[in-house]
Amino acid sequence: MMSNFQFESVADFFTMAGHGSYVWFSYFITIIAITLLIQVPVWKKRQLLTQLKRQQRMNRTSPKYLKS
Amino acid sequence: MNWQWFHRLGSPRWFYEKTSRWMPWLASLTLLSLIIGTAWGLGFAPMDSKQGNSYRIIYIHVPSAFLALAGYYVMALAGAVGLVWKIKLSYIVMRSAAPIGATLTLISLVTGAVWGKPTWGTWWVWDARITSMLLLFFLYLGVIVLQSAYRGREIANKVGAILSLVGMINAPIIYKSVDWWFTLHQPATLKLIGKSSIDASMAYPLLLMIAGFYLLYIYLLIHWTRVEILHQEQKTSWVQALFNNSKLAG
Repeated sequence: MMSNFQFESVADFFTMAGHGSYVWFSYFITIIAITLLIQVPVWKKRQLLTQLKRQQRMNRTSPKYLKS
Repeated sequence: MNWQWFHRLGSPRWFYEKTSRWMPWLASLTLLSLIIGTAWGLGFAPMDSKQGNSYRIIYIHVPSAFLALAGYYVMALAGAVGLVWKIKLSYIVMRSAAPIGATLTLISLVTGAVWGKPTWGTWWVWDARITSMLLLFFLYLGVIVLQSAYRGREIANKVGAILSLVGMINAPIIYKSVDWWFTLHQPATLKLIGKSSIDASMAYPLLLMIAGFYLLYIYLLIHWTRVEILHQEQKTSWVQALFNNSKLAG
């Protein structure tokens, strides 16, 4: 079912007979958006980890009467 | 009847541990189908005789619009389950579904606008399909904003679930908008029953991209849910132990 490559050259593939900027821009912003959807939870997890580590350090070093 | 699975399913810890093993597989399968689908749609599917190459935007526009709507059902259903059975995990799923759905709706709106320019000569028209999709975006935003507007998590969850359910009225409007009103937006190209108006050489990569976006959605929903679980359960011993053993020391 897969037909041949539809473009004569790489340059042709990029310009897409005048529609290149529309097509490539669409794919570009989609990739950016999906990358963010993958990265945001990773950043959140890292942030949570540093926060928990700091809490643990504080619990270890502070005198007993300062512990919550 | 054995209800143990039902209770376990509602346990955030069980969910977190169970899904750990699935994630790499799910990620590879998603990436594979999206890469093949994109290459196929961009380079190998034939050019459209009326629209030229601009139609290649369909390979992200339609799948993202599908998932924007399907994601809304997921969010509303998770909210309903949370309201009825008070299952903690389902509210976490509802919270996670909102930003993913909002982003997918935004992708379909932006790619639609970019596709509209060379095809209709305009970026935007206030037609039924596009306006109802914009409303879907605002419903998602509403759920996100409500989640952070309330201090108490319980009340925030309840209000978010109620808004999601009320917003369900919009779903059939989006779906039927191209049939009910005269619009610029073209009617559905893929049909489950009856003949599709798209040639097989263009439809196969589209079906692959839709499958890829479904996989991506499942991946993202689990991904967001897992981190939200860690956040909400950070005081518990199992999360503390998990972080103590992790190599991600910060």
